[in-house]
Amino acid sequence: MILAKVTGTVVTTISTPDYKNHRLLVVKPLVMEGDNPNEEFIALDNSQAGIGDTVLVNREGGGNRLVLGNPDSCVNSVIVGIVDSVNISEG
Amino acid sequence: MLFGRVRGTVVSSLKYKGLEGVKLLIVQPVDSHMQPLGGLVVAADTVMAGINDLCVMARAREASLAMPDVKFVPVDLAITGIVDELSAHLDDELDFNLKSGQNRYT
Repeated sequence: MILAKVTGTVVTTISTPDYKNHRLLVVKPLVMEGDNPNEEFIALDNSQAGIGDTVLVNREGGGNRLVLGNPDSCVNSVIVGIVDSVNISEG
Repeated sequence: MLFGRVRGTVVSSLKYKGLEGVKLLIVQPVDSHMQPLGGLVVAADTVMAGINDLCVMARAREASLAMPDVKFVPVDLAITGIVDELSAHLDDELDFNLKSGQNRYT
């Protein structure tokens, strides 16, 4: 799982049934200060996140299928939590 | 999942079993500000996307799960949605850096 920040929302009318009743959000991974930023990607929202929220994103298919309760869902990344705070040790 | 802009079509008459009738499209992966990411790729279409459509794509194993009938097919990128509306923040409006020590987000 990774930490990311929600930067946008996507609306798709014609889409696979797996996206129905969920929102698609654009997320950008957080990096340590000074590191190169990572590329953003799209994640399915499963925890009512909004733009600007720091979220926990699961990027593994098996876990995503478990979260969505469908063994055939075609979802690469799911937002599984909203982060309140992160503590990183020095060094 | 990632964004892609459809750029063209591919015709392939000899395909692996299970891929017959699957529409293949040439896609340019893009970010949310429509800047291209890498080179052109081929994606299997499941939503009848057309040229210049902005799409959502699933990659890896999940791409083959997006196929309508046979799920066990050699596909690693599939178009799973057509974008109607996209609202994206500019990158400098949000802080993507983690600092040593406590980072509070609420």
